[in-house]
Amino acid sequence: MKWVGRIIMILYGLLIAAPLYFVVVSSFKTSQSFYASPLGWPQPWSLQNFITIFQAQPMLQYFWNSARVTLFTVVIVLFLGSLISYAIVRLGGRLGKFTFAYFVAGLIIPSQVIMLPLYSLVRQLGWSDNLTALIFVTAAGLLPLTVFTLTGFMEMLSKEMMEAGSMDGAGEWKIYWRLVLPLSGPSLSATAAFLFVMVWNDLLIPLLLLNSTEKLTLPLALMQFRGEYVTDYTMLLTGVVITALPMVVLFTFLQRFFVTGLTAGSVKG
Amino acid sequence: MINRKILWLFMLPGIVLYTGLFVYPALSGLFYSFTNWDGVSPSYDFVGISNYKDSFDSIIFRKAFLNNIKFMIVVVVIQTIVSLVLALILAKNSKTSVFFRALYFFPAILSSVSVGLIWSFIYDPSIGLINTGLQHAGLEQLAKSWTGDAKIALYSIAFVQIWAHAGQMMIIFIAGLQAIPGELIEAARIDGATRLQVFRKITWPLLAPSAAIVISYTTIQSFKAFDLIFVMTDGGPNYATEILTTYIYHLAFSNYSFGLASAGSMIFLVLLGILTFFQFRALRRDGAAG
Repeated sequence: MKWVGRIIMILYGLLIAAPLYFVVVSSFKTSQSFYASPLGWPQPWSLQNFITIFQAQPMLQYFWNSARVTLFTVVIVLFLGSLISYAIVRLGGRLGKFTFAYFVAGLIIPSQVIMLPLYSLVRQLGWSDNLTALIFVTAAGLLPLTVFTLTGFMEMLSKEMMEAGSMDGAGEWKIYWRLVLPLSGPSLSATAAFLFVMVWNDLLIPLLLLNSTEKLTLPLALMQFRGEYVTDYTMLLTGVVITALPMVVLFTFLQRFFVTGLTAGSVKG
Repeated sequence: MINRKILWLFMLPGIVLYTGLFVYPALSGLFYSFTNWDGVSPSYDFVGISNYKDSFDSIIFRKAFLNNIKFMIVVVVIQTIVSLVLALILAKNSKTSVFFRALYFFPAILSSVSVGLIWSFIYDPSIGLINTGLQHAGLEQLAKSWTGDAKIALYSIAFVQIWAHAGQMMIIFIAGLQAIPGELIEAARIDGATRLQVFRKITWPLLAPSAAIVISYTTIQSFKAFDLIFVMTDGGPNYATEILTTYIYHLAFSNYSFGLASAGSMIFLVLLGILTFFQFRALRRDGAAG
């Protein structure tokens, strides 16, 4: 029984690892050596793809776009979401419940449903091809999940403690900023990890909003590479490796947050 | 003392953002579904419910709906079984388990575009890993056009979906397994219960809430799939992998039938709502808070 488990464990490990192994190895192959032997070892090992892709494509620009959009979106969502959650918990009663329900209702509606009206709204507002608009649109869509998660957490914090704070003359802002936010650390960091992965990897909303080359985020840039390189897989896979690198680094160091954050977030989403 | 005014001020920016860029578009989508708008012209006419009628009459819509159902069933059944088996193997904390858990989870941090491109490369009929591998093994007759053959394309993509997400679901099962008191299982084993009996009488019933979460999450996730199909086949060949979300996208952005596509979106939302309703019921019945 035990060794059946071991065998399954290793086989499934290979199923996950083998594609990743071939992706990384292929990115170090020249086109010729790739086509001569797709499964073989790179002959010779070459950094040419990485050099070419950075020379032929505005990779740094794409990185910078993705980084800006992700960072600002996550900060805005966490800030506005935690303010709302705090207010919901403090207000309580029917008003708190109603506000909570208003946001949570959005959990049922995926971006696939609002993609058309969102596209036309952004066009009408003249916000197409604008990274700031992308940040706000993405943030709006992620508020329901964030409010849902953070409210659930803040509800578990002691109400008496918040009351005591306001008795001592601390204003709402002070209670929120000095007391509730620091205590919400674990929940904030798990949510942040989840939001980070979601925004960095998002395809649909950037696809609707952006079109000029210098504005693209990394997933869109990859889509464009596919059009350009067609089946020049070594270049395509080099793009994949470069895009995944920041997430791999974060995952390696902050694994705990990623696993709990992504799992909790996916359950609620 | 609660300062209500300040609290409203706290909520205001978020409410404005969410209402303007999420709730309003959602409602206007409902509005457009009763018009013949093309998405760009300044004017349009009201056409009543004819977009809804046309949707149900459309052969492609029906095909997309059926594909959605097929894709969903395959992914839900296989992904749940796979993630449960993996969780049972890796539930005990040890260095090996921690390593393999991280490995299985890893694809979840990749963007769906990357996953789609990686598997397009693996599935490539002439130089893809699978077909070249089969050739090396002398099994050329098994080589296929994995995403180009209408009979198997949808299942090829379902496989990729499972590859990318089973590890994540495994984590939920592991959390459920670790919450089961070890003494309970030990006591049963001492009393002479076999492993199978322990699983059926103790582990499985106590694991039911986790299973409900995994199944309902996977159901919804696979029903609203878009990215992988958009990247790998874009609905082809000959609509074999067209699902509702790609159907809506193509109607709106290739055919400029915005009104019709909006009706499609609303039908899609209703279907999703029905699934969500069952999800909540299942979760409540099993006493899981989610």
